[in-house]
Amino acid sequence: MAVLAHAEAGEIAARLRNLAVPAHQNLREPESGLVMLRGRVGGDGAPFNLGEATVSRAAVKLASGEVGFGYTLGRDGEKARLIALCDALVQSRDFGAVVERDIIAPLRAQLMIRRSRAAEETAATKVDFYTMVRGEG
Amino acid sequence: MYVAVKGGERAIENAHRLLAHKRRGDQSVAEVTLDQISEQLGLAVDRVMSEGSLYDRELAALAIKQARGDLIEAIFLVRAFRATLPRFGTSEPVDTGAMRVQRRVSATFKDIPGGQILGPTFDYTHRLLDPSLAEGFVPDAPATADAATAPTPRVTDILGRDGLIESSPQAEEGASVGDLTREPLNFPADRDLRLQNLARGDEGFLLAMGYSTQRGYGRNHPFVGEIRFGEVEVEFAAEDVGFAVPLGAIELTECQMVNQFKGSATEAPCFTRGYGLAFGQSERKTMSMALVDRALRARELGEEALAPAQDEEFVMSHSDNVQATGFVEHLKLPHYVDFQSELGLLRKLRQEFSKAFADAQAPDAMKEAAE
Repeated sequence: MAVLAHAEAGEIAARLRNLAVPAHQNLREPESGLVMLRGRVGGDGAPFNLGEATVSRAAVKLASGEVGFGYTLGRDGEKARLIALCDALVQSRDFGAVVERDIIAPLRAQLMIRRSRAAEETAATKVDFYTMVRGEG
Repeated sequence: MYVAVKGGERAIENAHRLLAHKRRGDQSVAEVTLDQISEQLGLAVDRVMSEGSLYDRELAALAIKQARGDLIEAIFLVRAFRATLPRFGTSEPVDTGAMRVQRRVSATFKDIPGGQILGPTFDYTHRLLDPSLAEGFVPDAPATADAATAPTPRVTDILGRDGLIESSPQAEEGASVGDLTREPLNFPADRDLRLQNLARGDEGFLLAMGYSTQRGYGRNHPFVGEIRFGEVEVEFAAEDVGFAVPLGAIELTECQMVNQFKGSATEAPCFTRGYGLAFGQSERKTMSMALVDRALRARELGEEALAPAQDEEFVMSHSDNVQATGFVEHLKLPHYVDFQSELGLLRKLRQEFSKAFADAQAPDAMKEAAE
């Protein structure tokens, strides 16, 4: 589900439109709040509170009973609802495979392209040290 | 005499209307959008998120726009907004070792696994104003190279393997993590609270405090072990779900400062550490934070604490720019009654002075008359 948290709400919605989404209801209406983000002393020590982030969440229940939860950074409640819907669909026997194939897999591929592009740009700024040729005498 | 006065509503209303007009500026100039602020003034957004203590680029951009670019005012707006939202809980501690680094440099070791990665930096620029930016500048596409697959371990982990540097303090079993947004600050404060305070502290204040340690007010001989900037994943242990759910990624800057040794009869000498962590690309902030974090460990490390940067009560009580600006700026609000009472007191003192002065003169005059 990490892939969905990294996607835009519009991208998820667009892919869901190609699916015959079954009847469902909101178990928890989309809402926004805060999560306190923690770091660790020295990067690997005891935790400390770094600062908060806005987070949205929702829960969706399919008519067939599956319950899905959606959490994402930001204040886009609709995105949280779409993630919850996908989470519920992934668990259903009828939709699990198709959601993985038509929604999650292509979004994952997009994410990987964005990340590898960024990694290539970063790699170009890596320093190659070389030793100056020493002069004679 | 006490006189109650009321008034100024219309003046206030009109002042705010004028402010809105001034904020927009010349309306023949295109209005700046939140996307433009977020994309093109990204480091201002990072600072507002860090010191506003709220990771939300869009809100920080809105605050900058509303505050006419006054970043402390923007930070104030973000802090006020954060108080309106419920808190769902706390995240799992982020793993900066697993950061997708966009920049990572060490001033202590040239050859580190994963290499020195400069990323988008002002370092090595000539600080000459660039007139081409004044009119439609289109940058070249970034250069690319084969992406490194080698991991980029923290430099402090490498030093740590040989025992040359102290290891990070670990939490005691079941210890709670201090949160100064929930509990009032008490001294002495533990390192978790100190780091939280510094992470949201004013960059200028921390820069000055860090600088003071370099100039000899609490010297501790720092080296930048490592600075890294990039994306880390955030996970949240949601109660309703029953396990940690991914929330997405945030950008962080981390600074590991390596400082001079400590040792004892029972422990071999090793480097000590200061730590900085902040939202976004906030290099100056995290470097200053790490210097001050190290200085504040004076007592723990058995050093003489004589300098301001080593005084946790001084540092932590004055680092927050929202508190500081609130107290400084409140001075311009009406203090008519306060001032009236001061004025009354001053008049009385002056009266007493005149009388005493006259009395002191009088005997002389009488003496002269008698002669």
